[in-house]
Order: sequence, then C-alpha cells, then structure tokens
Amino acid sequence: MAEQTASNKPVVATISLAGCFGCHMSLLDIDDRIVQFIDLFELNKSPVNDIKKFTKRAHVGLVEGGCCNDENVKVLRYFRENCDVLVSVGACAGNGGLPALRNKMPLQECLVEAYLDAPTAELGKAIIPYDEELPKLLDRVYPCHEVVKIDYYMPGCPPSAEVFWDTLTSVIKGQGFDLPVELIKYD
Amino acid sequence: MVRMKNQIQSIAEKYSNDRTRLMDIFWDIQDLHGYIPHKALRVLEESLDISTADLRETLSFYHFFHESPSGKFNIYLNKDVASQLKGHEAIYAAFETECNCKFGSVCMDGTFGLFETPCIGLSDQEPAALINLVPFTNLTPQKVKDIVAALRAGKELAALVEQYGYGDGANQQIKTMVCSNIRQLGPVFGEKISTGEGLAQSLKSTPEQVIEEVKTAGLRGRGGAGFGTGMKWSFCRAAKGSTKYVVCNADEGEPGTFKDRIVMTEYPEQLFEGMAIAGYAIGAQQGILYLRAEYKYMQDYLEGKLKDLRAKNILGQNVLGKSGFNFDIRIQFGAGAYVCGEESALIESMEGKRGTPRVKPPFPVEVGYLGCPTVINNVETLAALPYILKNGGSWYKGFGTEKTPGTKLLSVSGDCEKPGVYEIEFGMTVREFLAMVGAKDAYAVQVSGPSGECINAQQSLDRKLCHEDLSAGGSMIIFNKDRDLLKYMRYFMTFFVEESCGICVPCRAGNIVMRNNLDKIRAGHANQEDLDNIFAWGQIVADTSRCGLGATSRNPIVSSFKNFPDLYKKLLDEKTNPLYDASFNLEASVEDFDRALKEQNQIGRNVHA
Ligand SMILES: Cc1cc2nc3c(=O)[nH]c(=O)nc-3n(C[C@H](O)[C@H](O)[C@H](O)COP(=O)(O)O)c2cc1C
Ligand code: SF4
Ligand code: SF4
Repeated sequence: MAEQTASNKPVVATISLAGCFGCHMSLLDIDDRIVQFIDLFELNKSPVNDIKKFTKRAHVGLVEGGCCNDENVKVLRYFRENCDVLVSVGACAGNGGLPALRNKMPLQECLVEAYLDAPTAELGKAIIPYDEELPKLLDRVYPCHEVVKIDYYMPGCPPSAEVFWDTLTSVIKGQGFDLPVELIKYD
Repeated sequence: MVRMKNQIQSIAEKYSNDRTRLMDIFWDIQDLHGYIPHKALRVLEESLDISTADLRETLSFYHFFHESPSGKFNIYLNKDVASQLKGHEAIYAAFETECNCKFGSVCMDGTFGLFETPCIGLSDQEPAALINLVPFTNLTPQKVKDIVAALRAGKELAALVEQYGYGDGANQQIKTMVCSNIRQLGPVFGEKISTGEGLAQSLKSTPEQVIEEVKTAGLRGRGGAGFGTGMKWSFCRAAKGSTKYVVCNADEGEPGTFKDRIVMTEYPEQLFEGMAIAGYAIGAQQGILYLRAEYKYMQDYLEGKLKDLRAKNILGQNVLGKSGFNFDIRIQFGAGAYVCGEESALIESMEGKRGTPRVKPPFPVEVGYLGCPTVINNVETLAALPYILKNGGSWYKGFGTEKTPGTKLLSVSGDCEKPGVYEIEFGMTVREFLAMVGAKDAYAVQVSGPSGECINAQQSLDRKLCHEDLSAGGSMIIFNKDRDLLKYMRYFMTFFVEESCGICVPCRAGNIVMRNNLDKIRAGHANQEDLDNIFAWGQIVADTSRCGLGATSRNPIVSSFKNFPDLYKKLLDEKTNPLYDASFNLEASVEDFDRALKEQNQIGRNVHA
C-alpha cells in the first residue's frame, strides 16, 4: 500500500499513451465537481498538473491509450510500478482502439504510405523520420493488459464523466469498482 | 450471359422459386459452374424476390460454397485431431508440392483448389480428404502424388476410386473407398430384422401407444443432449398445427464422430423406417434427412433406398395399407458448418438461411421447420426404433443401466489397434472399453468430442459410460502418452473459434480469448492469473451463450486441466515479475521498425546514419 499522505487523501495519477486525450477530456467533464475532486484526492503524476515524475506512490493510476511505441511501454511499466491499482481506461487502453486499425497492415507499409508515398512527400528526398530522441514504433498497437498487469477496466470511448466520477468516489467509499450496468452498457 | 440467366432461372423454378430452398439452389448452381457467380445472385434476386445482400448472407456462411472461381478439383483435407494423429502434416505438404499451390488457394492453371476442413467423419481411416466431395482415405504422400498426377493427366475422378470399402463395389450406387469398420455389434443392431417389421407393429397400435412404448424403452436422444425421445414426441404430438415434420439430424459434425455414417450405410432401411414410425407417432406426413455435405457420396445410394422403400409401400400413400397414413422423405444437404447440427440452426439452414441458432423457447416441437411443430432426432436414435417397436419397450430397457437404458454406437479413433464402430451396452467401464479397442498405453481419451470431456485414462478405469457418470455421445479419441495433449486441446479451441456462428458476443470473442491464453500457457508466458482468466471467461461464455456450442466450448481446457493439472502447472511462468506480461517482448516488437528504416531509408539519407 502507498504510504499514508499527510492529508490522508488517496493519491491518483493519470497518463495518456496512444490515445487522443478524449478520455482525459471526459475526466475533466465532471464540471464543477473538479473542486470536490481536489478536496477528495491528491493528484500526482498527470498531464493535468504536468507532474512528470512520481513524487510518491499512487493508490490509483488511470491509463488512457494503448502502446504504439517503445516509450509508451516504458511509461506504462513505470506507472505499473508506482501505482497500487492500475485501471485501463477507454477503448484504446482496453483494445488498442482506433490506433490499432493499423494492426491489419505490416508496419513497413504504414510508414511508406505515411512518409514516402504521401502526396506531400518530396519525391526521392523523403525519409522515414528517425532520431534517437524519437520513440520507435512497435510492430502493432498493444492494449495495456498485454504489456502489464491491469486490475480494472473502464469501457467506453471515452467513458463518460459519470463513470470517472463514480469510479473514483467508490474508491474513497471503499466500494471497489462495481459500477451500475447502465453506466457501462453501450449497446 | 443470357444462357446463364436461363440456367439459373430454371434451377430456381425447379424449386418453385421458393427461397426456403436456397441451399439446394446454391448447390445446383455450384455443381454447374464450380462456384456461385455474382451474376447468378442478380438473377436469383428477381426469381426469389430477395436482395443480393440476403443471398450473400446465406452463401457466405457455409464453407463448401465458393463465391469466386474454385479449382476444377477442390481438395478438402481433414485437419482434425484424428488426422493429425495419423500424419496429417506430411499429407498437407504432399498436396502443396504436387498441386503446386498453397492451402487456401487455387493453383495458377485452375486445376486444383486446396482447402482445409474440420472432421469429415472418417476418423477411423485418416488421413483422408474429399476431392470434389469424393472421399479418399488412408492417404500417404505417395498416394497423394499418384492421385494428383492421374487427375492432371485427365483421368476421371471416379476411376481413381479403386478399392471399395463398402460392399465390394457391387452396389452401383455406392462405389466408395470408405470402409464401415464395424468391430462389434450388440443386442440391438446385431439383430437381424426384416424391413418394415417395426413399422408394421407400430401401425397396429395408436400413435399414443407408440409413444408410450418408446417411453417404456427409456430411449434418450443419441445426438448429444440425451433428451427423452418419447417425451419429445409427446410434446410435438400435443402441439397445435395440422402440418408437422420429422427431421433426421445427420449433420454429424462433432469431431471424431462417424457412427451415423455407418448407420446410414449399413442400416438405411431401419433409419428411414424409424422416421416413418416417428411420423406416425406425432402425426407428420413429411420427413427430411438433413445430411452433411461431407456425406454427399451417399446421395445416390440413399435416394435408391428411398425408392426401394416407396416400392415396398413403407413410404408413400397409405403406408403398409394403413389408410390415411401418408409419409415420405426427402434429403436436404448442408454445406459445411458444425453449428448446423444444433437443432434450431439446422432448421434455419433447411429454410435457406445462415445456420444461426434460434432463441429457445419456443422449441422446435412447437415452432420448428417453416414454423410447424417438428421433431428432430439423431440418426442413431431413429434407427433404433424399428427394433424397439418390434421387440417392445421393456426388451430395450433390459439393456444398459437403470438410468441409461439401451445400447450405444461408439466411434473409436486415435491411438488404438482397432479403430471403428462398436455397439456397447451403457454402463461399460473405461477399463473394458480400452481393452475392447486395443488401447494398451492410453493416456487420455476425448469422450464425446471437444464439447465432451478429456479424461485421464488411467485414473478413470472404473468410470462407466452412461448419462449418470461419463456421458458418451459417440466420439472416442484416444491419445497415448507420447502425445502433446495441449496441442490437441488447442486445436479444439480453434475449432470452436472457427465454428461459432458469431451471434453471441461472449462466444464469438471469448473462445478467442481462451485459445490465446492457452497459447500463452504453451509458450511458457502465462502465470496463475492467466489460467484463472481462462476459467473466468469460460464461465461467462457458458452462462451467456444462446446454444450448446458456447455452453460447452470451454470444455477442452476445463476438462484437461481438471484431469491433467500438472500439464498446465509445469508450464506456468513463476519467475517473471507478475506486474509485467511475460509474453510481451520489447526488443522483438521494435524489430519491424528497425527493418523498415534499414530497407526504406537509403544510405546517406538516413538522418541516423
Ligand atoms: C453445436 C451443436 C452441434 C450439434 N451437432 C449435432 C449433430 O451433428 N448431430 C446430432 O444428432 N445432434 C447434434 N446436436 C444436438 C442437436 O441439437 C439435437 O439435440 C439432437 O439432434 C436431437 O436429437 P436426439 O434427441 O435424437 O439426440 C448438436 C448440438 C449442438 C449445440
Ligand atoms: S478511448 Fe476514445 S476517447 Fe479515449 S483515448 Fe481512445 S479514442 Fe480517445
Ligand atoms: S453460443 Fe456461439 S454458436 Fe451458439 S448461437 Fe451463440 S455465437 Fe452462435
């Protein structure tokens, strides 16, 4: 368990990997409850507050997006090691989602199409970008649970603000993640 | 084009432009053209008054129908477990070499199409293949070479059937290599009975009395579910409606099962007579034999038998002089889909649709074929009826056990000395069974096919084959201790993945999850959690599926784990950090990217170079 924080608030962390940030937008869609959120939780590493490195262990980590490159994998593992409970959020984290559409094609074909044969590519001069600073693409897009152990899933593209809110507040109430079916039924 | 249009129109007219006869129409078109051309659908659209989309919906469901030009000779090699146990790999390679094309494609000059198919009902004489639906059994690489060479040289397919498995080829209507391989007959099918005796006896009683007799016999369905036959009939008799049907389920798709094949070859009269008895009992005038396409080689033979029976007035008007009782039978072919053995999917298929199981209730006894009350029984169930009605229900009840009376035909294949069909009395122990078939070092037995149970042979010697203990549906595949059991369990899971009709999401997706997790286990990348995951998914699939396929698809893994836990446990990965997934390999997953850079970014232009 994470060490008790001074304020004794549960620590939450969030991250966006190969996602569109839509899941994060949905989290912010809790509207004015954001004020309550700050009262109830302590936010550690997250794109929302721009904390880059964990400064303490988190109780709950929310992951948006799957893994499309080696950096995603490293970050996801870093998250896994620093969160007690890791939640796979949204269709991309859970199944690969839209980015995984490329999984049907060999990676090389995608790269050629995007960089070499693109209408805007300068003939004969275009290259597939590469630099040590740039992440390397994986052979396919992986859902998070194929890379690390995932404890819970929040389905949806994105899951609604209510789902985020109910999930996080159930944690506080110690109710676990039993969400009403109506909130996560999509058909 | 005009010619094709006329041809298609006359095929549709042959079936009175009746859209429910779509399966027959597609078969006729394919027999004519080698495939079902898109243009033909355009014609059917008008003749049958259904959209091309609806036509394709049915067409695309069945794996024996081709939508694009196929080979002059289409070779379907059995890829099932019984074939794998007898050297499938070498035969597979031989066909690819000799035909000069890969499985799943048609060779350049269009002579050969190579395809794989699950169990074709020849497990006792594998490896086997169907060439234009003609069975070729006990294949060796040399035989493959000879067959392909002869066909290439223009020899007739029929001329290649040289040895005759049934009746020495004396019967002009069935010249086939397929052997019956009956190893042992019991008190029922071993009895000599003359055609019509059981039916004549029935016709002396009222239909209600016939149903009572079948109830007294304690006969339970031999198609797998084991429902009381007499009970099923009484429901159907009581159901409202003046038109009722008797359907014989001859889809025999459970891998490893072939006993219905033997009944249809050796006891066709008893089978058809049994259908007539059922017809009399429930008040039906029409019987339909739904026969899997894999058994098309029996078509002329069975049609011939039906003709003989009509001549003897066992079928036809006022059957055996019973005024007012008219009954006849037609044969309906399937086109390759295991799920069509499920009774409501079978009805959908007979109505010219995809084989999607229906939501039950209502059950077919109330709302069945064309909406009419319908009794569906397995081949073996129906063929036992003449014996029961001739000798009486209590005679039959005297065999077997208290709760499972009677005898059972077992289809035995795999690692044993005497594969073939055996009639046994229910209650036989596994020990007696193994001795009977000559399985000296049996390790595991797949009882009742993949949807049944994989038992540990040595630990189950005293278990009894009957409903109250080890339910024996017909298929018995034996594995000796040199076999990699999980490899075959994996095949069975793939079988369910491929044969799921797809209407229930848990079955469509869950079978894949279970299969992939099994792969992970076999690769040594799984931990206890992955194993638990399989069982959790298995439960969801079983609880939420519409039909028996989904209800049982977890069985290969669940039963082999129950009976051979060590096979799984020794493969679990205890070392990798449990927070990481051991099957994910970062180095390997960026190899494609490195290769793409190297191959596409020419030297000098690569920023990194
Ligand atoms: C996926 C699936 C496949 C089946 N295949 C067959 C089959 O090939 N032959 C058969 O007789 N019954 C098969 N059944 C069982 C039938 O649904 C039905 O119970 C049976 O034909 C009834 O006949 P019976 O009462 O004489 O056994 C299958 C069931 C399922 C769920
Ligand atoms: S699940 Fe939907 S909203 Fe969330 S990251 Fe993926 S695409 Fe965006
Ligand atoms: S359980 Fe599987 S095979 Fe049966 S109806 Fe559902 S999807 Fe189809």
